[in-house]
Parts: sequence; structure tokens; C-alpha cells
Amino acid sequence: MPQQNSDAVILNNITKTYNKLPAVTEISLSVKKGELFGLIGPDGAGKSTLFRILTTLLLADSGTATVNGLDVVKDYKEIRRCVGYMPGKFSLYQDLTIEENLNFFATLFGTTVSANYGLIKDIYEQIAPFKTRRAGKLSGGMKQKLALCCALIHRPEVLFLDEPTTGVDAVSRKEFWNMLQRLKEQGITIVVSTPYMDEADLCERIALIQSGSILSIDTPAAIKAAYPDKLYAIKSAKMHQLLKDLRAYGSCYAFGEYLHISGVSGETELLAYVKEKGYTDVVLKEITPGIEDCFIRLLQTGGAS
Amino acid sequence: MRTLKFLLEKEFKQIFRDKGLLPVIFIMPLIQLLIMPLAANFDIKNINLAIVDHDYSPYSKQLVAKIASSGYFRIVSYNYSFPSAVHEEIESEKADLILEFPDKFEERLIKEGMQPVYIAADAINGTKAGLGSNYLNTIIADFNSEIRLKLLSQQKLNTGIELRSSNWFNPHMNYQLYMVPGILVLLVTMVCGFIASLNIVKEKEVGTIEQINVTPVKKWEFILGKLIPFWMIGMIDFTLGLLIGRLVYGIIPVGNLFLLYAFLAVYLVALLGFGLLISTYSDTQLQAMFVAFFFIMIFMLMSGLFISVDNMPSWAKVIARMTPVTYFIDVMRMIVLKGSRFSDISLSLLKVAGFAVVLNGWAILNYRKTA
Repeated sequence: MPQQNSDAVILNNITKTYNKLPAVTEISLSVKKGELFGLIGPDGAGKSTLFRILTTLLLADSGTATVNGLDVVKDYKEIRRCVGYMPGKFSLYQDLTIEENLNFFATLFGTTVSANYGLIKDIYEQIAPFKTRRAGKLSGGMKQKLALCCALIHRPEVLFLDEPTTGVDAVSRKEFWNMLQRLKEQGITIVVSTPYMDEADLCERIALIQSGSILSIDTPAAIKAAYPDKLYAIKSAKMHQLLKDLRAYGSCYAFGEYLHISGVSGETELLAYVKEKGYTDVVLKEITPGIEDCFIRLLQTGGAS
Repeated sequence: MRTLKFLLEKEFKQIFRDKGLLPVIFIMPLIQLLIMPLAANFDIKNINLAIVDHDYSPYSKQLVAKIASSGYFRIVSYNYSFPSAVHEEIESEKADLILEFPDKFEERLIKEGMQPVYIAADAINGTKAGLGSNYLNTIIADFNSEIRLKLLSQQKLNTGIELRSSNWFNPHMNYQLYMVPGILVLLVTMVCGFIASLNIVKEKEVGTIEQINVTPVKKWEFILGKLIPFWMIGMIDFTLGLLIGRLVYGIIPVGNLFLLYAFLAVYLVALLGFGLLISTYSDTQLQAMFVAFFFIMIFMLMSGLFISVDNMPSWAKVIARMTPVTYFIDVMRMIVLKGSRFSDISLSLLKVAGFAVVLNGWAILNYRKTA
């Protein structure tokens, strides 16, 4: 096959509009074979639309896309055989048991559970004690594991996971990402979307998306390294007033118990400014920016990458 | 084929696990079949009649006695003049009909050979008013010929044409014989029409269709996987209904049962195609429910079950002919009551088969895996 060495997923100027409202505009990106690629962006950024186009559920208005070298429009039948898709909403049969769901989807893909058991073994063993329980009666974390098993049952080459960790507790989220790392080791290309910025660091490369456009595509480290200036965390007893005052001074936003501020000339100048405003109790420290800081920064500058 | 087998297995599992749906599918139609034919009776009894007799003669009394003994009427008042109270009786719905004998009723009847009587009907309940005055007319006409015989016996009776009718295929005009098969058709239509139209929508609403659509399942496999279970449910429901017809109402189909089932088989395919079509156009179960309800209402009222299609205005006949239910009710009555053969129903069968092809073809085209 000529596409043997090319990228697993390629999007080329993809645009999709719903009733004149653009969902994604002119998106181009590529995912390498065997990569764990993250689409990071808030709700409504267009992540699910991209997934639906790539899984052949939706036709783009313009642009081309390929998965494993197969065109999403022309070769949709072959694509359906070689991709696994886990929609953002739990989409298995709630009135069938874990076992029945798994068998059912295996059959639809023309395979059996035992043929690919090796791939899902680690995950399935965690939910196996409940295999006669109906899917609708499972907890959120278990549902996600089952959905992942069903998406993997035909040993897909590319796995699309649409917000797999939304609505799942912190422990299960961590477990889930560990599972993804292990799947990656098996050579499966994984494209995952998430609104949680802290999960971005767990991906090899990420695309930051906002309002249907890509702000930046790179490794998380490179995106953080590209942060143009110094970032400070600052806190005081009167946070609300402080935020107001600092907004007049630089680019400032609340972040946990601190305020993050950038676009200032230096630490001493900043301290002088707050003193002048009458704050006596401020705690100030320089910090390295996280993905969320980069995201906010890119939003403000309009995604100049 | 293996995929289809699994799709069917899944569908049946879901149906039998749905504790709310199961009784609706199997028990409800049977209960309705036990209740509706007994209630839906067009024979009207207990028509409340107010009589105003200005004459108070032997003849008028004879006629009243004849009316009272017919069994259809209940005489609520008997007055010698026309008091306003009689009007009030109609207004307060105590009386449905007023029969008024004018003064010198008997005298003129004998002398002049004719005398009109006055009938007033409360037409709010149109059927009751219409049938009531009809019955009354028949009784009066009967009475008329009786006195004629008496009065003119000496003279030569002019030979007139007399009408005698007999009811073929249902000699006693047994109402249930006529209604039960029709109601059975309607119940099967309702159950299958509703569950078929709700089913794919349910997969859309829950989101499972998303997961099915990314699999290599073929369109025809998926749709057949939906059609076959409901087709079987329709067959079972119909059989149960026939059994009730036989055990409770004593209706034994005169015609060939095999022919009846062959028609049912084709009819169900058409009906399920209709359900699937609604299903593919709707996004939520509520939407599908209301659209299906709209059409089922039309089916009920236009199919000739309650109102004879021949009596409808021509535009309504067109609508009646556009619903497959009309043909099935017709064929059902023909086979059950009359014992019609294949050659009698072949045209209807062909039309229903046409419905099956069009509705299913449309549904399959409209069920797109992409978009």
C-alpha cells in the first residue's frame, strides 16, 4: 500500500456549517501512525464535529479527510472496518448486559470476542465481575470501560474517543488515561478529545481548538515553551478587587486560588503597582505556564502560532 | 446472515426485557377486542320518546302500543295537548323524539285516507335522531298497511310492489360478526404501526444508532433486523385476536385461513414500512408518536370500519383508498364472512403489495447512514 508510511489521519481544509452556523472552518491537521493525539478545546469548539466527519457519520461541506489513507467519503465502508469510535454520549444498549453488548458489537464487525480478547483483556477484566449486569445500571466509569471495549473489539487501527473522560471521577479518569497509554503501546493510533486542559499533557501532540478553528498544534511541551512572556501567580485577601485592578495593568484571570497575570514588564514593577493600589498582603511568584495558560493566551492573541 | 441473526436476537431480547412494552403489545389489544365490539353497537335501543296525542282515539292508542312494543322506544311522557314542557323535555335531553298526533287523526285517516303525523328529533346525537325517526317511520308505515288492509278489505286491493330484503352472509345482522374482524385489523395496525415507528427513533434518541452506524452493518440488514420481530408480533397478535373472535364471539372464518394469513403477511410488511418511514423522519420518540397517531386516527376513521367507504364523498374515498387499512378491513370481512377466494381479493392484495414496496423503499432510501 502506498499510504503505508503516511499519517494515520489527515484533515485538509475541512469546513462544516450547520444551518449557516459554522461548526468547524478550514481545519487542517495530521496525526501520525501510533500517535496519541489530543483535541483540546471547550464545549462547542467543534471537536465532536471533527470526530463525526472522520468516522464517516457526517459529510463535510468542503475539504478532504483521510483515515489510514482512505477517503472518508469514497471509502467510508472500509473506514468503518478499521476505526473504533466512542461517542461522547454513552451509546450502547442500556437494556443489554455487558457481555451481550460486547458480543453484539463483535458480531457486527464480523469477529468474535475471543478472537481479540488479548487487546481488551486488561480493561474487560475490571468490568467482568458485572458482566451479567445491564449496561444502563453501570456506573459512569464502568460504562466508559465497556464503551472502550466495544470500540476496540474489532482491533481497530485508529481509535476515536470523543470526550471519554467527561463526567467521570478523577480516579477513573486517571485509570482511563493509563489504559490509553497501554493501547498506544499496542500500536493503535488514538485521537482523543477533552475539555480538560490538565489532560493535554498526557497526549503526545495536541491541537488547541476554539470556535471551529485551530489555535495551535504541537507537543504540549512545545506549546508551553512557546509562551511568549513571563507568567506570575498572585494572591491577596481582596481577590475580586485585585482582579479588577490588575486587569487595568496586564492580562489577568482567575486560576484556582491565585490570579494569573502576564504581559507585565517585570516582577518588581508589578509589585510596585499593587503596593501603589494599597495591597499589603500580596503573595507573588513566577510560574511556568500550563496548557490552560497557553490556551487563554492564544485566545487573546487570536491563535497566532 | 450471522449478523442478521444477532440483530434479531438483540431486538427480541430488548422487546422481552421491556416490562412496560410487553403487556402493551400482547395484552392490551386483547382487552380492547373484548370491550370494543360490545360497546361499538349501532343498534339503538332505549330511544326516549315523548308523545303528544291531540286525538286520543283508538287508532292513535293502537299505534302508540305498537311503538311501545317494538322494544326500541321508551315512552317518557304522554300528553293530550302540546305543552311547552315537551320542548323542555327535548332541551333537557329527557326525550330524543317527539311524536305528535294532530286533532281528528282517526277521523281524517278514515275519511280522507291519509293524515300526516309530526315527528321532531333532537339531532345533537345525529345517529340516534336519524335511526330513531327511521324506526318510527317503519313502524308507522307498518301500521299504515295494517289499517289499509282493514279498511280496504272490501275494496280491491291495488297490487303494489312490496320490498322484502334478506341479509346475506350475516342473516341476523349480527353486529359483532361485522365489527370484530374490522376491530381486529385496527388493533394489529395500531400495535405494529406504533412500535415500528417508535423503534428506530428510540435508537436515535438514545444514541445507539451512532454506534451502529460506524460498524460495517449493511442498511438492509439493519432494517430487516427491525422489521422481522414486529412482523412476527403482528402475526401473533392477529392469531390471538382470531382465537378471541372464535371463543368469545363465535366467529369462525368462512374462507380460507391460509389466504387470510397470506394477505396479513403482505399487509404487515406495508404497515411496518409505514412505521419505519415515520421513524426515519423523526428525531424523538415524542415526534414519532404524534405523527403516527395522526395517521392512525385517519386510518381508523377513513378505513370503512365505522363509516362505509361507499357513503363517503368522492374526495374522502380517495383518502380511504390511499390507506392500506381500508383494503385489509375489506378483505378481512370478505374472507371471514363471505369466504372469498383468491381471485376476489387479488386486486386488493396487489395494491397492498404496492404499498409495501413504496413505503419500505422510501424508508430505506431515507434511512441514511451518513448525515
